[in-house]
Amino acid sequence: MHEVDMTKCLVLSMNEWRQQHSPALPVVERVHLQVGDFTCVEPDQLLFTWRLAVQNSWLDGAELAIEAVPLVGRCVRCQHTYSPSAETAYRSPCCDHPMEEIVSGRELRIRSVDYSLES
Amino acid sequence: MHMPLEDTLGLNLLAANQHQAAHNREHFDAWQLLCLNVMSSPGAGKTSLLEQTLTALSSDLAMAVLEGDMTTQLDADRLEAVGVPVVPITTGRACHLDAAMVSGGLRLLGQRLDPASLDLLWVENVGNLVCPAEFEVGEHRKVALLSVTEGDDKPLKYPVMFREADCVLITKTDLLPYLPVDIERIEAHIHQVNPHCTVLRVSASSGEGLDGWHSWIRRELSAQRHQQLADPRRHGRRVSSGPDHDVVLHLVNA
Ligand SMILES: Nc1nc2c(ncn2[C@@H]2O[C@H](COP(=O)(O)OP(=O)(O)OP(=O)(O)O)[C@@H](O)[C@H]2O)c(=O)[nH]1
Ligand SMILES: [Mg+2]
Ligand SMILES: [Zn+2]
Ligand SMILES: [Zn+2]
Ligand SMILES: [Zn+2]
Repeated sequence: MHEVDMTKCLVLSMNEWRQQHSPALPVVERVHLQVGDFTCVEPDQLLFTWRLAVQNSWLDGAELAIEAVPLVGRCVRCQHTYSPSAETAYRSPCCDHPMEEIVSGRELRIRSVDYSLES
Repeated sequence: MHMPLEDTLGLNLLAANQHQAAHNREHFDAWQLLCLNVMSSPGAGKTSLLEQTLTALSSDLAMAVLEGDMTTQLDADRLEAVGVPVVPITTGRACHLDAAMVSGGLRLLGQRLDPASLDLLWVENVGNLVCPAEFEVGEHRKVALLSVTEGDDKPLKYPVMFREADCVLITKTDLLPYLPVDIERIEAHIHQVNPHCTVLRVSASSGEGLDGWHSWIRRELSAQRHQQLADPRRHGRRVSSGPDHDVVLHLVNA
């Protein structure tokens, strides 16, 4: 289950982020992710592995908020955007063109962090 | 008291892996070699293809293999028999290679040879059509294999792998006469998700298509060399520190 490794990477990135605030200790409430539909990531699996990964760490209690980003393609013939799907072999409905340009759906992004600083 | 704050990061979820992958790639460029990441579902024919390719090209190209396998060393032994240095990387639970594992493999490889003497570094990934596509290891090109026995719907069901590939090899074409499968449909489906990749038909058993595959490798090798000479990346830029780094850096200077 690769979400375990994805989560490890995410935690490493969060550790780096914490360094920026050193010596203050940020208390993280929520981490906002954007996960594209055209990736190998299952948001539910990610939520599950996140809860296990942060237990007893400085991120314990931090919530993961995942925004799913739909797959959107742009037809390079006529510039229309469309929703590619496996059922129609990802072709554009307007010009029957293959999926050449992807506008969104490949995101695996840490968008933002909600936190507070002890003062 | 607690001040509610928000930081906008816009950082890739896999940033930690991407940093290590970029680091590996800097070494590859400093060594002026071409690194190819070979991926497919289990049993599509990665090791068999590599056996043939290493045999055919080893007279004039210096090569080595990093062999990813979840538990065994069987594939590494098969390839070592061809006479090319192979470093096995057992991934254990992980169903893909990541950049840190490849970095570990490079360190072991460096104990056996000078990586700067290599032309090609092969990475045989763990048999899996899903996540190896998301975990870069520092490769210059991704090669995906799909055997004719897997059916023509796989490029549509596992589109990310085929989208990310620079070259897709349709393998085991010697079996076509015995299967109710339309190879043109397989090719069409690959091009639906990746209109610009190179698609080649090959058979490790009969040798069909291997010349075209070897030409592709040579073409990409010379293209990469050209780029490396035009823009020689000096090692040390954008490079994170740490014990691993020092060991690998030592290899560069060796
Ligand atoms: N008929 C035929 N069989 C092949 C060909 N290439 C590989 N095979 C067979 O397919 C099986 C799997 O081949 P491997 O080369 O081990 O496949 P792999 O992708 O390396 O497998 P994993 O590393 O375990 O994922 C073996 O039984 C091979 O003999 C081919 O071109 N034609
Ligand atoms: Mg193999
Ligand atoms: Zn169109
Ligand atoms: Zn995996
Ligand atoms: Zn280094």
